[in-house]
Amino acid sequence: MRMLRVGRWITALSFLLLAGVYVRALVYTPVERFQGLAQKIYYLHVPAAIWAETAMILVGLASIFYLFLKDPRLDRFAESSAEAGTVFAAIVLTTGPIWGKPIWGTWWSWDARLTLTLFLCLLYVGYLLLRGAVADPAARARFAAVLGICGMVLVPFVHLSVYMFRTLHPMPIVLKPSAPSLPPSMLSTFLLSLFVFTLLYVGFVVQRYALSYLREQLEAAADGVGHA
Amino acid sequence: MRLPDLVRHAWAVARKDLLVEYRSRTAILAAIAFVVLVLIVFNFGRDPTAVSNVDLAPSILWVTFTFAAILALNRAFQLELENQALDGLLLAPIQRSSIYLGKLIANLAFVALIEVIGVPLLALFFNVRILPVMGPLAGVVALATVGFVTVGTLFSAMTVRTRFAELLLPVLLLPFMIPPLIWAVLATGRLFAARPLSEIEGWLKMLAAYDIVFVGIALLLFPATVNE
Repeated sequence: MRMLRVGRWITALSFLLLAGVYVRALVYTPVERFQGLAQKIYYLHVPAAIWAETAMILVGLASIFYLFLKDPRLDRFAESSAEAGTVFAAIVLTTGPIWGKPIWGTWWSWDARLTLTLFLCLLYVGYLLLRGAVADPAARARFAAVLGICGMVLVPFVHLSVYMFRTLHPMPIVLKPSAPSLPPSMLSTFLLSLFVFTLLYVGFVVQRYALSYLREQLEAAADGVGHA
Repeated sequence: MRLPDLVRHAWAVARKDLLVEYRSRTAILAAIAFVVLVLIVFNFGRDPTAVSNVDLAPSILWVTFTFAAILALNRAFQLELENQALDGLLLAPIQRSSIYLGKLIANLAFVALIEVIGVPLLALFFNVRILPVMGPLAGVVALATVGFVTVGTLFSAMTVRTRFAELLLPVLLLPFMIPPLIWAVLATGRLFAARPLSEIEGWLKMLAAYDIVFVGIALLLFPATVNE
């Protein structure tokens, strides 16, 4: 199928570019004065975190439109976005402790931000489990949409909590009301990385979407054979 | 549909549920026994010389209520599965949102009863002074309970018709319970430590915002969770 191939090419290209980001980050971007080389993980961690949350918001938006339009394409997109989001949340939760050990001296702290990222990850897992537990496709899509919308609404509460608790986690330095406070070369590396992660997300979603479509076709065909 | 109708129909649904519960009394007795047992388990799961009661009591209180509420929520729609009672309810000439509101009221009454028994037991077993802070404590408990029972009632309407419903509900619900739970535990801790009320104002506002947002969303989304 053409879409699956396109998705594979986008993903392959973004992995290649990701290697490029790391060449740029390690060779052409200055070393941060206090954190040293550990800071380099920032170029992986933050874009992944941005996409882990954005994916949830996109799941929610697709879910809202699904409940109005009942278009199966929206449901397929929501499912694909949720799976891609799970991957990004896993990247955040893996890279975070790797950075935390040298900088904080501990792999994990029960900090608001870490805790709530963990819950974002569990939200995705719950969403995918719910999809797996409902046999009827129409009910599955509706239930998933309800959970997706609730998940999207939970994200702002997650964000509010970040600012309400005393936290060890560095505050946002790019996505904040005032201007970004990092050297231009770091900012450009970061923006490049964000672009690559965007491409990666698109690649994952396109592939996953094509797979859901194929699976639906297969199920429909199997039903046809069963009834004949 | 006028508002009084919505409320009247909701009350009819709630009354039916509460009457069923009142006549059998199995679920509520089981839930109360469960609360007592959890409190006892906590008593043996800690070292009283190392951690003072006042420090531990808020966590114990909220962990107990979390588990008890999940048990209660599983029951709400399980009731309707027998003899296809849900179909009868859906055929009734009332709005879907009034069915949800009725279920919510019944669940709140059920969980409130558990809490009314749980709080004095906590004071008895763990020697916490609750009488001077009774009013604010009731406020915190009420706000937090409305928050997670709202989401839980919505989710239990979905999970009850999936495989392994008893396991899926907590998996879906806990990420949503965590934000109100964090605020409730912090506020309860301040109250037990006899801190001034101004310190918990922020948590109460967050709890209230969470309640309003999720009650609204649940009323809108509930029709999507029942078959059309």
